[in-house]
Order: sequence, then C-alpha cells, then structure tokens
Amino acid sequence: MATWPILSLTTFLPVVGALFILLLRGHDEGTKRNARWVALWTTIITFVVSIFLITGFDKGNPGFQFVEDHPWLGGTIRYKMGVDGISLPFVILTTFLMPIAIIAGWHAIEKRVKEYLVLFLLLETLMIGTFSALDIVLFYVFFEGGLIPMFLIIGVWGGAGRVYASFKFFLYTLAGSVLMLLAIMAIYLQAGTTDIVKLLTFGFPRGMQTWLWLAFFASFAVKLPMWPVHTWLPDAHVEAPTAGSVILAAVLLKMGGYGFLRFSLPMFPHASELFAPMMFFLSVVAIIYTSLVALMQEDIKKLIAYSSVAHMGFVTLGIFTFSNEGVQAGVFQMVSHGIVSGALFLCVGVVYDRMHTREIAAYGGLVNRMPIYAAVFMVFTMANVGLPGTSGFVGELLALMAAFKANTWVAVFATLGVILSACYALWLYRRVVFGVLEKDSLKTITDLEAREILILAPLVFLTILLGFWPAPVLDMSAAAVANLVAQTKAALGPAKAALLGVQ
Amino acid sequence: MTLSSLMPVLPELVIIIGAMALLMLGVFRGEGSTALVEIGALLVIAAAVVLVVLQPAAPVELFGGSIVVDAFSRFFKVLILIGAAAALIMSAPFWRNHALNRFEFSIVVLLSVTGMMVMVSARDLISLYLGIELMSLSLYVIAAIDRENLRSTEAGLKYFVLGALSSGMLLYGASLIYGFTGTVSFAGIAAVAKEPSIGLIFGIVFLFAGLAFKVSAVPFHMWTPDVYEGAPTPVTAFFAAAPKVAAIALFCRVAVSSFPAIALQWQQIVVFIAIASMVLGAFAAIGQRNIKRLMAYSSIGHVGYALVGLAPGTAAGVSGVLIYMSIYLAMTLGTFACIIAMRRDGGQVEDIEQLSGLARTQPAMAFVLAALLFSLAGIPPLAGFFAKFYVFLAAVEGKFYTLAVIGVLASVVGAYYYLRIVKIMYIDEPVARFLPMPKPVAAVLFVTGAFTILFFVYPAPLVAAANAAAKSLF
Repeated sequence: MATWPILSLTTFLPVVGALFILLLRGHDEGTKRNARWVALWTTIITFVVSIFLITGFDKGNPGFQFVEDHPWLGGTIRYKMGVDGISLPFVILTTFLMPIAIIAGWHAIEKRVKEYLVLFLLLETLMIGTFSALDIVLFYVFFEGGLIPMFLIIGVWGGAGRVYASFKFFLYTLAGSVLMLLAIMAIYLQAGTTDIVKLLTFGFPRGMQTWLWLAFFASFAVKLPMWPVHTWLPDAHVEAPTAGSVILAAVLLKMGGYGFLRFSLPMFPHASELFAPMMFFLSVVAIIYTSLVALMQEDIKKLIAYSSVAHMGFVTLGIFTFSNEGVQAGVFQMVSHGIVSGALFLCVGVVYDRMHTREIAAYGGLVNRMPIYAAVFMVFTMANVGLPGTSGFVGELLALMAAFKANTWVAVFATLGVILSACYALWLYRRVVFGVLEKDSLKTITDLEAREILILAPLVFLTILLGFWPAPVLDMSAAAVANLVAQTKAALGPAKAALLGVQ
Repeated sequence: MTLSSLMPVLPELVIIIGAMALLMLGVFRGEGSTALVEIGALLVIAAAVVLVVLQPAAPVELFGGSIVVDAFSRFFKVLILIGAAAALIMSAPFWRNHALNRFEFSIVVLLSVTGMMVMVSARDLISLYLGIELMSLSLYVIAAIDRENLRSTEAGLKYFVLGALSSGMLLYGASLIYGFTGTVSFAGIAAVAKEPSIGLIFGIVFLFAGLAFKVSAVPFHMWTPDVYEGAPTPVTAFFAAAPKVAAIALFCRVAVSSFPAIALQWQQIVVFIAIASMVLGAFAAIGQRNIKRLMAYSSIGHVGYALVGLAPGTAAGVSGVLIYMSIYLAMTLGTFACIIAMRRDGGQVEDIEQLSGLARTQPAMAFVLAALLFSLAGIPPLAGFFAKFYVFLAAVEGKFYTLAVIGVLASVVGAYYYLRIVKIMYIDEPVARFLPMPKPVAAVLFVTGAFTILFFVYPAPLVAAANAAAKSLF
C-alpha cells in the first residue's frame, strides 16, 4: 500500500464526491435523495480509506508518515503532506464524524440540498488537509479555505440570526489568521524553507519568537476559541444547522489546538515558555468564566457552545505544561471533546427537529416519552461533566495532573471548573429530560428513530470505550508527543527543563 | 535604421496598421461594419499576442534607448492585450442590446492599447509621456462613447479634465527631473541621481502624483467611482483591467530603474499611497450600493495591494506585483462579465440588491461570481490569495512590517463588502431572473472563473514567468 498516496486520497476523495453531486441535474426529490446518497457513500469511503492510515501507521515512529512531496508554488513551497501521532487522530476524527454529520442533516436540510452537501464535502477536504499539510503555506491554504464553506453553511442553512453569525464567524477568524499569514512569511524568509519538518527544529532567534508566537496565537486563540476572543462561537453554534454545529465543535475548533501543538510549542519554545503563564491564566479564566456563563444560558446550543470554550481551556492548560501528560491530555481531550460535543449537538438536533426550538424552558420531562433519548443524552452529559468511565474524564484528569505539577494554583482553579461543568450540564439535563411532562406540545413527541440511533450509537460506544480504554488514542500519539516534548525541552535547555519540574 | 531593426516593435506596428485599416473599413462601410471591425480588432490583438510571445527573450533597445523590449514589458504586453481582448469580446453583445452601433470603439481600444504598450516599454521620460497620453486620450473618448447618455458624457468630461490636470503634474515633474539631472533616460537619471536633492524630490513627487492618478491610487482616486459608474459597463471593464495594469507596470519601471540610489525617498511616497489606497478602498466600498462604484473602490484597494509589492523596490516585490496584476486582471474581467450580465427587460441594473437570491435563480453565475468575490477578498485557495501572498511576502522581506500589518488588516475590512455581495446572492430571497447571459460574456466569465478557482492546482508557470520578467528590471 505504501506506493498509494493514501493521504492525498483521503484528502481529496470528498472533492470527487462533490463534483459528482454538482453533475446531478434537477431539483426534484429523486435528485435530492441521490445527492444525499452520493455524499454519504463518499464520506464512508473516505473513512474506510482513512482506516488504512491507522493500519499502516507505525506507532513507534515519532516522525511523519505517509509523506508525499511534490513541487507546487515554485521555490521551497511544495505540496507536502504527512501525518504523525498528533495529527492522525484528528484526521480520523474528521473522516469518522463526516458520515454522521451527513446523516444528521438527512431530513433536516430540505432546501438546496445539493449545495449543502457539496459545501460539506469541500469542508471535509479542507479539514483533512489542514491536519495533514506538511508545508506551512499549504497548511494556511487549507486552514483558511475552510472559512468559505462554513460561512455559507451557517449563512444559508442557519437559524434566524444566521447572517450576523456567519459574518462574525468569518471576519473574526480571518482577522486572526491574516496576522499568522504575515508570521508565516517571516518564518519563510528567516528559515528559507516552508517545510514544517525542517521548521520544527529550526531554532528561531528569541526576540523573533515572541512576535511570531503572538501572531500564531492571534489565529489559534480565535479558532480554538480562547477567552476573551470566544464570542463568535456561541453565535455561530446557535445559528448553524445541526450538522454544521457538529463539525464546528468537533473538528474546526480542534484546528486551533492542533496549531498550538504543531507550531507554537516546537517552533517557538522560548516564547511558549514566556507566555505559558498567560496561557494558564486565560485557560483558567475560560474554564471558570465560561462555565458560569453557561449556567445562565436559556438556549441549549448556546450552553453547549460555552461549555466547549471551557473544555478547550483544559486543552491549552495541558499543552502549555510542556509535559508528556499535559500534551497527551491536550490531544486526548480534543478527540474526546470532538466526539462528545458533536454528540451533544446531535442530541440537541434531535429535539430541535421535532420541536423547532432550542429554548431550555420549552422542554421538560422528556424521559417520559423518550427513554432511549434520555439514556443517550445522559451518557454524553456525563462525558461532558468528566465522569470516570467516559472519555471526558481521561483528558481532564491528565490535564489536571500535568497542571498540578506545573502550578498548583492553576490546577486548583481549573478543578473548580470541573465542578461548575457538573452544575451546568446536570442542571441542563434535569431541566430538559427530568420532571413532569407538562407542556402540551411535548405530549406527542416521539423517541429516537432508527436513523438517529444509527448515528448516536457509535458515538456512545466510543465515548465509553475511550473512557475505559483510552490506549488507542494515547498510544497513537505517544511517540510523537514524547518527541515533541523532548525537543521543546532540549530547546529550552536542561536548566529550564529542571525548573519546569518535569521528570 | 533598417526595416529589420523595427522588428522588436512589430506587435505595436501591427496594431497601429491594423487600427488604421479597420478605421478605413469602418468609415467606408458605415455603421453596419461594427461587428466586422470588432472581429478584425480581435484578430489584430491575437496576432500581436503571438508576436509578443515569439519575441526573443534577450532585451532589445530601440530609438536611442527610449524603448526597450524585455521580459518585463513582454509580460505586461500580454496582460494588456488579454485585457483589451476580453473587454472587446464582452462589449459586442452589450452594444447590440443597447442599440449602440459604434465601430470606433474597437479602433480606439486598439489605439489605447498601443499607448499602453509604449508605456510598459518606455525607458525615458519622453516615451513615458507619449505612451500615457496616447492611452489617456483614447480612454477619454471611450468613456464618453455613449454620447447621448448624460452619465457617459459626464464621465468622459470628468475623466478628461482631471486627467489633463494629472498629465500636467506629471509633465511638470518630468521637467524638474530633467532639469536636475540633465537627462530624460531612466538609466541616465539613475546614473546621476545618487543624492536626493530638493529639486529632484519635487520632481519625483509630481511624477508620482501623475502616475498615482493613472493607477487611481489615493489621494488621486476621486475620478474613479464617477467614471466607473458613468461609463458604459464594458468600457468600465476595460478601464479596470488593461490601463491599470499598464500604469502599474510603468510605475514599477520608473521607480525601480530611474531612482534606485534614492529609493528611500520614493518608497515613502509609495508606502503612503499604498496604505491610503488599501484603507480607503476597504472602508469606502462598505457603503456602496451601485456595484460599479463598489468595484471602483475595490480597484482602488487592489492598486494599494499591488503597490505594497513595489514599496520594497526589490525583484521579489516587482515579481509580486506582476503576479498580482495578472490575477487581478482575471478577477476583474470575470466580475465585470457578471455585471454586464445583470440585465433584465428594463435594461441594465447596477444595484447590488438586484443580485438577491442569484444562487437560486442562476446558480452557475452565482457560483462563479462568489468564487471571484472570495478571490478578490484574498481567501485561499483561490487565486487572489496567492496574489496577496507574494506582495506581502516581499513587504515582509523588505522589513515593511507596518505596511504589511495595515495591509492585511485592511483586507479583513475589505472582505466584509465582498461577503455582503455573496450574502445577497446566497442568503437573500430571490428576485426576478436576469436575461440569459450572452455567449461571449459567458465565455469570458468561464475562462476567468476557471483561472481564479483552479489557479492553485498549477501555479508554478505564472510564478516562474513573473520572476523572470521582474529580473529583467534589475
């Protein structure tokens, strides 16, 4: 299989599917159904192809695998792709969630189905490309290109305030990214290459690192998002269609965390060290503040959106401890949050499709008529809280352990966030699912149908599986993370490493 | 001078002789010959493109060094000819629909193209001025080509009065430079102008003011929105494409080859007008409702970005400008193809609200226009991103950090108004369909759209050609 460009195949298969859909003519029901099936099969085949990435992946090798390298823009800017243990989980997460997202919009999206599916497939290509690009300019092209389909998905198929939300999403993210673009240029001119593999060990001058780090921070902090530049996220989530929210929460946010891991830490170790206290501070503020904000939300999606910001706080907390556990926690927490938050948005979508409202107050007592739904929602709520036995626990525990070693106070405050997450998540669950079924509108609500069970079942399975047996993800990323941490520490110098108090 | 020594200017000669022959044809055959003259003009342009491409790579000087044919001028000549050809192709159905039967249009376009080709080849101040005037006078005429229409004549008159003023400034600057260096040749000026003297700086300021007017850079941009709005749409498409490309080329050559030793002096001017153009272009376009006015401000902004590449005065920067103008040409022509196609039974419409729901009524046109607009906003993976990438790369290389930061932030502001049009097309409720797009316009839209969308697949040839062309200036 080594001769096949599996990575490019995974990346560009969705485009092929999108072209097929574009070729379909007509607007009748039959065409819509065909378009949906083409999209579904495309994403499933893409997922199957991406499984070859797992089977062919050498876990012991900390470097990049499946590397493809072709001339592209001229000069040193090349089409170079490859994955390592840090990026592969995200590639798989993307390909795994895409069929689910397509099925989630199966009935909910009725107008302009073809365009919707084409945009989703393009988005998939751009997301996979972002995680597997090994040229920094290529990375930017994929990273930024994702704005176009997401802008249209939110803007065309979103809720009432969709125009505002889509503009805010686009302009916020773009404003953050253009500064990173300038930093990328500075890197290119300083290092004379755009090859990420070479850049990781380049060693930029200290003064320059600070500026470059800040420019990358501007982009990734908005994308992740970190407090205080998170305000686009609740708007975007609330207005986006269900599948859009799922992809936004599960994959697009991870680009920010991935960026910190891939670029900020190894390329600018000194600056990362310099700004680590700030990152801790922002992470802790995000964890506590957005949890409190989440408590006060009346809109289910908005509540989950704020909880996403809080959970991403654990990711940055873990990453900037510069320790094995911390960075692994970051990777794991992102994968876990991808599954859990995606699933939570699907759960919201289930009731939204029936009731067409996201107001928490409009629900209550759903358990009486929707027992299966109540059970499924329970699993994800618990995972969101970080209950042991769910995937949410592993990431938070590792992150808190790492934080505890780095700075006790940070860990103390972050732990407070875990308690708060229990407050808002359980309270939400109580208000929506428990209680007496009083509202007339809810009296006829039906439980999950086969399609919904089909998409939620694998997520339930994974949430619990990774809770008890996190090894698949942790093993996959172990070598690459160890390498990254070792490199960062080596760059910081032995004395600094000792000061950090790790090993 | 033998006849064979004129070979390097053969493309220009072909165009001039062709224009004269077509003029005769038009005069003798009368109004009915418009279509024939246009086809003839396109053939002449095609012949000129072939001749330019086939010219030897080595630079050749003519007429005592006042004209040079090098890779730089050949690169721009091809762009100019493409721009003119596309404008001609799009204009034919427009004239037919508006019962405007003026064969002169094609001929005047050919003459202005000759002027532009002289501009990009100019190596001294005399040929610079001759080229500019030949181009400008032709442009004044075609701005007012719809002479029964008040707006068109107003545009022509406005353009003429302000253009004459700017030509005066340019000439004054040229005479000052001549007075303080004793030569009009760019190479001669470069050899003498080692130290910035006050007279020379005055000369540069006036010369650049005149050039800034021609490229419609802030603060000499005021004519642009009025002329763009008033002139018939294919004429506006032509204005936004070829003359702008030629004037930017001239700007690059004058700045880089006449004043290399006193670069610090002119760089301040270029940095200032680049920043002013980008910022004004971004903010002023937000309030526009007329799509032609909006494109006028957009073009002001784009000139700002192109000048970002000129500011460092390096080969990489000039190469960035070349890439920028190539991509800008495609995006602009494509966008104007869509504007020409905005036609209902009541005639041409220009309000952006008229594009409402285009994605549902005419999805193909909406798709390409959206791609062009995202590209104009500089979003990857579309061509416009690579255009911006290379000019900003040069600016960062030249340590023009402030310029680069302001530039990218202005591009975020600029993204807003492009997005607004996309929003109108994709999100708003549909209004009535436009009349079917004429075939020639659709062809231009198809080619420019395909170029813009697929540029990222195989960008290397353009980049390599631009690098080679830029090197010939240094």
